[in-house]
Amino acid sequence: MNIHEYQAKEILRRYNVAVPRGKVAFTAEEAVAAAEELGGKIVVVKAQIHAGGRGKADGVKIAKSVDEVRELASKMIGMKLVTHQTGPEGKEVRRVLIEEGIDIARELYLGIVLDRAVSKLVFMASTEGGVEIEKIAAEKPEAILKEYVDPKISLQAFQARKIAFGLGLEGDQVKNAVKFIASLYKAFTESDASLAEINPLVVTSDGKVLALDAKMNFDDSALFRHQDILEMRDLNEEDPLEVEASKNHLNYIKLDGNVGCMVNGAGLAMATMDIIKLAGGMPANFLDVGGGANVDTVRNGFKIILSDANVKGILINIFGGIVRCDRVAKGIIEAAKSIKLDVPMVIRLAGTNAEEAAELLQNSGMNFEVAQTLEEAAKKVVGALN
Amino acid sequence: MSILVDRSSRVLVQGITGNEGSFHTQQMIEYGTQVVAGVTPGKGGQLFEEKIPIFNTVKEAVAETKANVSIIFVPPVFAPDAIYEAAQAGIKTVVCISEGIPAMDMIKVYDYLKNIGTHLIGPNCPGIISPGKCKVGIMPGFIHNEGTVGIISRSGTLTYEAVDQVTRQGLGQSTCIGIGGDPVIGTRFIDALKLFKEDPETELVVLIGEIGGTAEEEAAAWIKENFNKPVVAFIAGQTAPPGRRMGHAGAIISGGKGTAAEKMKALENAGITVCKSPAEIGKTVAGILK
Repeated sequence: MNIHEYQAKEILRRYNVAVPRGKVAFTAEEAVAAAEELGGKIVVVKAQIHAGGRGKADGVKIAKSVDEVRELASKMIGMKLVTHQTGPEGKEVRRVLIEEGIDIARELYLGIVLDRAVSKLVFMASTEGGVEIEKIAAEKPEAILKEYVDPKISLQAFQARKIAFGLGLEGDQVKNAVKFIASLYKAFTESDASLAEINPLVVTSDGKVLALDAKMNFDDSALFRHQDILEMRDLNEEDPLEVEASKNHLNYIKLDGNVGCMVNGAGLAMATMDIIKLAGGMPANFLDVGGGANVDTVRNGFKIILSDANVKGILINIFGGIVRCDRVAKGIIEAAKSIKLDVPMVIRLAGTNAEEAAELLQNSGMNFEVAQTLEEAAKKVVGALN
Repeated sequence: MSILVDRSSRVLVQGITGNEGSFHTQQMIEYGTQVVAGVTPGKGGQLFEEKIPIFNTVKEAVAETKANVSIIFVPPVFAPDAIYEAAQAGIKTVVCISEGIPAMDMIKVYDYLKNIGTHLIGPNCPGIISPGKCKVGIMPGFIHNEGTVGIISRSGTLTYEAVDQVTRQGLGQSTCIGIGGDPVIGTRFIDALKLFKEDPETELVVLIGEIGGTAEEEAAAWIKENFNKPVVAFIAGQTAPPGRRMGHAGAIISGGKGTAAEKMKALENAGITVCKSPAEIGKTVAGILK
């Protein structure tokens, strides 16, 4: 799960990770009130969307007066912000973060991720702050310091010192950075984060070390023990169809093509998308209906696929293992009767009782095309598009 | 031969009285697997289906029945505890079907198991089968056929698709392992490949990967240096967009890393036959073996 920058900073603040003072605002008036509360001469107005690259796209602005805060906030709230991560359609800004201006001496990078190759958490740090870590990794991999955490002994102070000295810090800066690193690690593990990225991590001219920006993602499997984080979910940042699908326990992701697909299992769903493309079409979605594939899941699946106006054909691919294909076929027939299906549909059911299932579908009087193999199914649905 | 499970495997089911656990226990018995014990804390002394003894602890079950393989069906919150319990009782092959274990918990489980020589398969996986001998998992048994093709896969139903294609070519499988789609898993591609390397029955290995992480690239590098049997690979997610988690927690292209194209290239560079289409897996295997 993703959250906004201001929410990540709220979590970090709870763990005594140093962040600038600031407050979220949903309107220009709230922005002004927040700026007055901060009291300083310079404040920063930051658009809150779930995408990076805001600075380059006019989503982060400095204001030198309350009037400027009002002007900037009213311009930002409601605007479509287009960054390299939002896609060309952009994202509507609904909240802004009003934050105190910081006297920056140095900009650094600090992140924590799970390194799947060794199943350990790893700190990544670099003196190239403000730049995307992927870019540094590609161009100057030697500029990234890595510090692995042994799960048995957790993060040790010497490791935090190693990172701090490695970043070229000195004196009080080191002490502040060590405290920052240890607190960030605690925040990460105790909140079941899957990613924390402080970019930039800044050193001020008086030696403070703080998170100028903060991005945190969380492990969906662990949200059951973090009600407070679950409440930070912002549905406006998600595709409405995907939100609807998740309510019905369907795993749906909207794509740009015109062949809707419904599959059981994530790997097979991706393979089905791939073969649609190889056959000359483009998948309109990823949809994993899970192991069950009964009438309700199939009906909800149809509804979601068909609410995408680009869909010109549907491919259903179910590999029945424990779930019997004849039951799935009955589910499809019943669901199809209860819903207006005006696009061609190709069904491929394989595995347990596949032959009985094909017979049921063929004798249903419905307008289904039946296919036996994956390849045949993909060719048939792409052929039926025109 | 085969790897990890065979006719001598004595299987224990943790969570045998739950919905999933009891259903799949029956399926495994039907396939011919020797299920010798069940564990459900508090139900010790009872019998499952009037024949399989249920114990309160894994330790007791192992002492009484000599169980040497465990399969876990408990809810994800309790699964790490179940894995630790099986490992501490001396079980060397543990299959965890449970889906949704927090990664932070799995990091600790992985670290613990690393030093005591227990093979964990999964979590969030279909399990393992040595066709004709033993099934410790939830896969449909009848699509398999005893043979010489080893299959390793991060996915569930896509593995069945590959198995089915191999069987339809008149070939069969030595052992099929679903290693699971989570970011932290007990058995990785390389761990399974090492076992297949030592198995004289396995002539060829099919490796089914998907987007996310670098496990396929690591496997490719290892195969190039260490593995002399033919390998056929398929990577799911050639059309997946970056930044989106495709069902499995581990299947995500992030920061431009973990794309199907990169993985296919790494595998090809290691001399592995890569199928572009998921429909070509069976034919490709047959082309090499026949």
